[in-house]
Amino acid sequence: MNKVFEVPLYAYTRSPDQEAAAPVRHAVVVVGAGPVGLAAAIDLAQQGVEVVVLDDNDKVSFGSRAICFAKRPLEILDRLGCGREMVAKGVQWNLGKVFFDDRKVFEFDLLPEGGHEFPAFVNLQQYYVEEYLVHRVRDLQAQGAGIEVRGGNRVTAVEDRGDHAALTVETPEGAYAVEADWLIACDGAGSPIRRMMGLDFVGRVFEDNFLIADVVMEADFPTERWFWFDPPFNRGQSALLHKQPDGVWRIDLQLGWDIDKEAEKAPDKVIPRLKAMLGEDVQFELEWVSIYTFQCRRMERFRHGRVIFAGDAAHQVSPFGARGANGGLQDADNLAWKLKLVMEGRAPDALLDSYDDERIFGADENILNSSRSTDFITPKTETSRLFRDAVLDLAERYPFARPLVNSGRLSVPCTYDGSPLNGPDALPGGPARTRPGAPCPDAPLADGYLLRRLGGHFTLLAINAEAPETLEEDGIVAGRLALTTADDPEGHLRARYLGAAARAVYLIRPDQHVAARFERFDAAALRRALRIATGREVA
Amino acid sequence: MSPLTLEPNIDRPDDFYADLLAAHEGLTKAQSDALNARLVLILANHVGDREVLRQALAAAAETNPREEDPK
Repeated sequence: MNKVFEVPLYAYTRSPDQEAAAPVRHAVVVVGAGPVGLAAAIDLAQQGVEVVVLDDNDKVSFGSRAICFAKRPLEILDRLGCGREMVAKGVQWNLGKVFFDDRKVFEFDLLPEGGHEFPAFVNLQQYYVEEYLVHRVRDLQAQGAGIEVRGGNRVTAVEDRGDHAALTVETPEGAYAVEADWLIACDGAGSPIRRMMGLDFVGRVFEDNFLIADVVMEADFPTERWFWFDPPFNRGQSALLHKQPDGVWRIDLQLGWDIDKEAEKAPDKVIPRLKAMLGEDVQFELEWVSIYTFQCRRMERFRHGRVIFAGDAAHQVSPFGARGANGGLQDADNLAWKLKLVMEGRAPDALLDSYDDERIFGADENILNSSRSTDFITPKTETSRLFRDAVLDLAERYPFARPLVNSGRLSVPCTYDGSPLNGPDALPGGPARTRPGAPCPDAPLADGYLLRRLGGHFTLLAINAEAPETLEEDGIVAGRLALTTADDPEGHLRARYLGAAARAVYLIRPDQHVAARFERFDAAALRRALRIATGREVA
Repeated sequence: MSPLTLEPNIDRPDDFYADLLAAHEGLTKAQSDALNARLVLILANHVGDREVLRQALAAAAETNPREEDPK
């Protein structure tokens, strides 16, 4: 059985900060060493920002928790130096089956779009994601980067002092004070930082309980996602079976609202449930059992002066659609480059407000999708159950009803339509999927993939077009990536970036979202787009 | 895009109405409700046009519920 989550990865050690006469000031303190906190810290460290991560624990998350990582977060993790090992370890699947009562009503093939380095998603236990991120932290430390993870460090007080944040941190050897120019709170849905600051977290509570069980079994279930509505082994409720690496299977059973949580978690209750589902003869071992309820809610604003919230601390969704960790990694991706520019005085403080605009937009999209999935999976009124069952009955016979079946809409990246950072969309005939605000879709080139070439800085992507090697505007440098459709072996670059246009010049942000696009290089227009994308000019 | 048709549009309406009742004959209330739900979904898919569907939902919702009828 896999016990990676029982090994301390960043055990408590005494920090020199604990000896200091006056509180030591750090550039950035991240609270929470989950996937989002670690990703934010690595992103900043890669850009040369000094960062300290505090976590009250000293090991990766207990149990598999988030298990489905989507393409865009994998691309982000690749930019952070660990996407490929996650894909190598993760389980890829394309086939899903939907069951209703005792029959299979249909199956679907995700038919992932070609021409991407990363798959649509992989199943991978959160503890592996955290482990790989911690390895990456160690690599960066070996290269001399100023990044540190302090286990056994629990924040007990926080105060925004206008030009910095002050923290009190409890450790096994007593409390100490520390300061940060900027504090990033990634301390989870129950965020103690949010509570200490008295900030609200408003939304909808779903009155339901779900039993999550990770079982290790040698079973010949195929690598598919199976979802049951109202199955005989869990009457009136739903069930999910999903494969993870190491022969671990995720089983998710809806239990309803009025249950005794402690009793339901006990093996003598769980094992008969699982046998009813898997069959009496299947041999399995329980790795992890948990019961969860969930909410769909978010903070009114994610940025509060010098304290910025990201991930579940800022927004919480239902698990359907895998939008929690995936959304949080996009928060980190959105925040790191902005914070770096503001810290260096190369962009106004207002650039950080665009983090609120863009990631609240993203959170609302995730909350909307996951609330709708929840309404379908767990109908709360007689009428909603009537329609849900009608959709499932029809789906068995008629293709038209299958798109209405909602067992979770898997995370896709958010296009920041209407963002204050968006510049002109001045490419007649350009594809809608690469309009300003959109995340850049990958494309194979003659010698590798596009996204790797975009890196983590502003880029002038010139396709069949002239552009200078660099464009500098007030200290912000955009480097050119010149491509021609002769570099385009499968035509994906043309389809995704040119459409009906013959040539294009794109301004791409450090988080690989499109800032603006034009038919040709025009220095004045691109300088203005660069000012808009860094919050120096309002579009 | 066409607007929702609220003028008579069914050929031989009495025959259609008889077909509708016949489809429900012998069903329990629960079976009838399920049949109606399937029928709504099949017809909605046939219409397809979201704007027409929106108008249809509004027209159905705006029609006074029985308890407000001045009997």
